[in-house]
Amino acid sequence: MFRPEDYDIPNADIAWCPGCGNFGIIRALKTALAQLNIPPQKVVIVSGIGQAAKMPQYVKAHMFNGLHGRSLPAAVAIKMVNPELVVIAESGDGCTYGEGGNHFIHTIRRNPDITNIVHNNQIYGLTKGQASPTTPRGQVTTLQIDGVYVDPFNPIAVAVALDASFVARTFSGYLDLTVEIFKQAIQHRGYALVDVFQPCVSFNKVNTYEWYRQNTYILPDSYDPTDRELAFRVASETGKFALGIIYKNPNKPIFEEQLIPYRNDKTPVALRGLEA
Amino acid sequence: MQPLEEVSVLISGAAGQGIQTVEQVLTAIVKDSDLYVFATKEYMSRVRGGNNSTTLRISCKPVYANIDRVDLLLVLNENAIERHRWRMTPSTIVLGEEKFVRDEPNHVVVEFSKLAESFGNKIYANSVAIGVLAGIMNLDVEAVSKNIERYFSGKSKQLVDANVSSALKGYEIGRSLGLKLELRKCEEVKGKRLLNGSLAVALGAVAGGCNFVSSYPMSPSTAVFTELAKLAREHGIIVEQAEDEIAAANMAIAAWYAGARGLVTTSGGGFALMCEAISLAGMIETPIVVHLGQRPGPATGLPTRTEQADLNLVLYAGHGEFPRVVYAPGSIEEAYELTARAFNVADKFQIPVFVLTDQYLLDSYYLVGELKSFPVERYIVKTDSNYRRYEVTEDGISPRGIPGYGEGLVRVDSDEHDEFGHITESALVRRTMVEKRLRKMKKIIEESVPPKFSGPDDYETLIVSWGSTYLIVEEALRLLNEPRIAHLHFSQVYPVPPVARTYFERARRTIFIEQNATGQFANLIKQTFCIDTSEKILKYDGFPYSVEQIVKAVREKLGV
Repeated sequence: MFRPEDYDIPNADIAWCPGCGNFGIIRALKTALAQLNIPPQKVVIVSGIGQAAKMPQYVKAHMFNGLHGRSLPAAVAIKMVNPELVVIAESGDGCTYGEGGNHFIHTIRRNPDITNIVHNNQIYGLTKGQASPTTPRGQVTTLQIDGVYVDPFNPIAVAVALDASFVARTFSGYLDLTVEIFKQAIQHRGYALVDVFQPCVSFNKVNTYEWYRQNTYILPDSYDPTDRELAFRVASETGKFALGIIYKNPNKPIFEEQLIPYRNDKTPVALRGLEA
Repeated sequence: MQPLEEVSVLISGAAGQGIQTVEQVLTAIVKDSDLYVFATKEYMSRVRGGNNSTTLRISCKPVYANIDRVDLLLVLNENAIERHRWRMTPSTIVLGEEKFVRDEPNHVVVEFSKLAESFGNKIYANSVAIGVLAGIMNLDVEAVSKNIERYFSGKSKQLVDANVSSALKGYEIGRSLGLKLELRKCEEVKGKRLLNGSLAVALGAVAGGCNFVSSYPMSPSTAVFTELAKLAREHGIIVEQAEDEIAAANMAIAAWYAGARGLVTTSGGGFALMCEAISLAGMIETPIVVHLGQRPGPATGLPTRTEQADLNLVLYAGHGEFPRVVYAPGSIEEAYELTARAFNVADKFQIPVFVLTDQYLLDSYYLVGELKSFPVERYIVKTDSNYRRYEVTEDGISPRGIPGYGEGLVRVDSDEHDEFGHITESALVRRTMVEKRLRKMKKIIEESVPPKFSGPDDYETLIVSWGSTYLIVEEALRLLNEPRIAHLHFSQVYPVPPVARTYFERARRTIFIEQNATGQFANLIKQTFCIDTSEKILKYDGFPYSVEQIVKAVREKLGV
């Protein structure tokens, strides 16, 4: 059995601020991988650019740290050429929903069997405090000096609207919940979105640990995530944000399984012709 | 009546009228009649109306290049004649329905639609036209029925039979016209196949082991994409239409990272969106092959026309400094061979490799001999647990592993990184890695494709061309038959092969022929060899050069 420490990168020089929500996410990810007993050699973490996108630098696994906004096309391609790999696309809210918004839409349409972890701190951290697509209306930032005057992007509602096969939200302050959701997302066959609320202790003085505790609630056990209308209602709530698995459609075809080279032969395209 | 060696046929009509059908079937009939054919088309960026045309050079000798001269103009709509009048000679025969051709002195009336109607249905008009043209040139009558049948295969027997019989009746009419356009048969063309640039690039990709293509449709590069889709089942290719060119390029790079051999096919505007990804490929030392079918820009430009103005774009695409290779095939055979080679070179040196074509090359057909097969060279290593993706080596090439093949971890990073791929800001590591990446250039240059030289060794004037103009210039210089002119053609434009220097040093005069407005390749040569490259023949109207135009332009330059 693997332990969370087995995914540590020795002597990693971590670039996150003390108290950053990213620490909770990395701990949860390593714990989830260990509990699922997935060897590092089987995992590829694909990221874009930003503080969240530094995640694979600190996790012992294969790493594709690509361009800002482009984690999803890269992750989809890796899964296409080697479906045996566990592919995790991981980046921030700016990278995934802003710069990479088009890829977010079309990756959901494809439904590849990948996990998409979005560190959502509702602010731009690495560039020091501008609004992100998820910053609420009215919040004052270093750039939006009179407050944000456009509506925030609602990734959960968009994902449900696109009939994404797995849509979840968690908060980096809740380790057990996050580990459980990560495990289910990785095990889910199909595209799995996990939006993770994460405080930015340096540049977001509004959405703090305390704020997230007060403004979220965990979905009850009785909640049925296969009910799409209910999921859409939950995704559109204006009060407290729901945490948990909000929507699931397990009956969708898996993107890479439909590709021509896999119709009669399951051998990954990448490994064909290579000596075993 | 003396049969001719060559006839040039221009078919001109509106978009959607079936010119492509006539072209496709007629070229096949010509081939099966043991004649050579060169075909090229020009078309407007619209689905219906306007005026499009196809030029067919049909000959008993090999023909490979575009010409202006028209011997027989088949007119299918009203504005066809005016658009092509400049290509007509006093002996050009204008063939068509009376309402289109009656004002031309040298006209021949055939009422295609009415004839088709009398044979059963107006929709057989194209088959009638094919038959008439085949009859005029005395092509093989069995080839007519065979190819009409093949074209309509899959349709009902009644429809196939009606089209065949319409074509054969058309053939008789063509024979009976008694036009002096019968062709002599002199050489065997069996064993050759009709190929256009698009299919050549696609087959080259397959020969190079391509098993992944992600792209976004854009003229004139789309046909490479669709041809690969048709080849996908047989060759196990993943074909993905991406949401945009940015996704397409990032996918192709990640596909290589994970062990596939990926291609993107695009044009200038689409490639502009891929530039950041090219820089990523440079930094993470992951191969990518880019086919860029040029069309005139800037911006949307002339979407369906031709130009060679994206050389600078591919030379300088992507921020930062990293090695690359740019091929510019001069023929359909080279389009095949260099695309195949691009995959091996990209894999070997872990760099972006470009195949720069253009609308003219992609949309032109001629008969080619047997296509060579190439060994697919794969340079993937099985990793061990101490694997370092960016191991510093003498030639700059680090053994490339892929995830899931061996015990090692394959960690690539668009940030500057150490040997393990970990992010770093160490000045020492930065210098080491910049130098390691650029060091690959030495071997890349050693493996250059040398330029092709033709003409006398004691030349005074050196004509320099690159890319798709090769065969047009070759034919023009043969026609010119001037004893002191030679031709140097580059199908690898970057890095400029060092061997080229001596050709320039031996020339008293150097004239560059390019299909752009600024002489981009001349400027690259000037920068590389510090020589005078001020004499240029340039064209930037969106239409390809012709043999006649090159002859005229070189004559004017040389005063001969």
